[in-house]
Amino acid sequence: MKTKPSALKALDIASLILLAVATYLALVFAPTERVMGDVQRVFYFHVATAWVGLLGFVAAGVTGIIYLRTQDLKWDLVEQAAVEISLVFFFITIILGSIWARPIWNTWWTWDPRLTSASIVELIYLAYLMLRQGIEDPDRRARFGAVYTLVGAISVPITFLSIRLFRTIHPVVIGNESSAAEGGFAMTGDMKIAFFFALFAFTIIFIDLFWNRIRLGHLQQKVEQLKLKVMD
Amino acid sequence: MKKIIEDRSPLSLRERAEGEGKTPSGNYLRAIGAVAWKDLAAELRSKELLSAMLVFALLVIFIFNFALELDVKTRDSVTSGVLWVTFVFAGTLGLNRSMAIEKDRGCLDGLLLAPVDRSAIYFGKAISNLAFMLIVEIIVLPVYSLLYNTNLFQPGLLLIILLGSIGYTAVGTLLSAMSVQTRTRDVMLPILLFPIILPVVIAAIRASGAYLQNMPFDQILPWLNLLIVYDVIFIAVAFMVFDYVVEE
Repeated sequence: MKTKPSALKALDIASLILLAVATYLALVFAPTERVMGDVQRVFYFHVATAWVGLLGFVAAGVTGIIYLRTQDLKWDLVEQAAVEISLVFFFITIILGSIWARPIWNTWWTWDPRLTSASIVELIYLAYLMLRQGIEDPDRRARFGAVYTLVGAISVPITFLSIRLFRTIHPVVIGNESSAAEGGFAMTGDMKIAFFFALFAFTIIFIDLFWNRIRLGHLQQKVEQLKLKVMD
Repeated sequence: MKKIIEDRSPLSLRERAEGEGKTPSGNYLRAIGAVAWKDLAAELRSKELLSAMLVFALLVIFIFNFALELDVKTRDSVTSGVLWVTFVFAGTLGLNRSMAIEKDRGCLDGLLLAPVDRSAIYFGKAISNLAFMLIVEIIVLPVYSLLYNTNLFQPGLLLIILLGSIGYTAVGTLLSAMSVQTRTRDVMLPILLFPIILPVVIAAIRASGAYLQNMPFDQILPWLNLLIVYDVIFIAVAFMVFDYVVEE
């Protein structure tokens, strides 16, 4: 526990390298999109960060359920790590998306299902962190956190569906595109390489950050315990 | 009753619970009724909560009147939004108060000591919260109809309001039980509640808007379905996790 495990160190370095390569592929290697131009390059990281945000979102909901079943505080750490990572990566996704949307949709923001759902996840997770801050007892904090992530994990898909009942203009690059979408395009071979590499790289980065955050949580717990011991 | 007094063997309690098939569910419903009735009776005597919610709701409508210039033209399109924002805001006031009363003098601990299933307490509180909300809505609707000369007493609209309120209180009761146990208390509830009840608000506003503008029924139906699905899911979820929220 004292020193960083060497596997984690290796993963740190690997994710840095992967990030660098993904950046190169997205900014240099991939061809420029004909209609949208260079701003389309945002797409590679936009989808990859959204993917990580989604991974964190699902992980948080699942670990919330596991915590409620097992009442083991270690799952609370995992859940908190997932929430924090999801919060940060959805934020990056939204910023990147806005950068792209300004020239393509001619607006920074629109109340589309994906945009709204991502921002609602942000708000739910901010509320989650505030909730945790207001509770001292670690068991209760963990229980309330787990209940809230569970409720959030059920509510957000319903929000998504409910806004989907309106029209959407968000492009669907993978899968079927709706006729109302604006800014869609078809990927060429090189674009696909850059895209899937970015997905892969960010998945590794997700695992790396997740691991680091869980380790940090363990250390935090230890420090708290030691502090209590010193006070006694 | 006679039988209970006669039967003094140590096993009698458990035997009674297990043996008589009807009694446990009857007890459960009676516990729910008792919790709900306790709240309603207390409220009917003090009228603290209802009067606060009502005055607050009317004030919100007044503010909207000047914020949106509710003239004849804009009225049709914004009425449902104004109504639901009013209900949602007034609702948080009620939810906060109804849980704070339990927490303040240790009443919640007393309730938890009662030998009934914890979820009975949840359903009792949810029913009384729903009753408060519906009472406020029943008074706000005619006032709004009077002030703006639109008839809001239409069966379809009332159904939408009922479904929306059920979803709202189902989640609200669960989350208010959580928020009263935090340091920031009242401030916490809207922050926790609003992002979760967003689907209810969207569906209810859309459905009542469509209803008020006389849109065809197949435009309203998806929203109605959404409300029903949300209500069922969240009543079930709250039923399952309420234990964890009040556990000591």
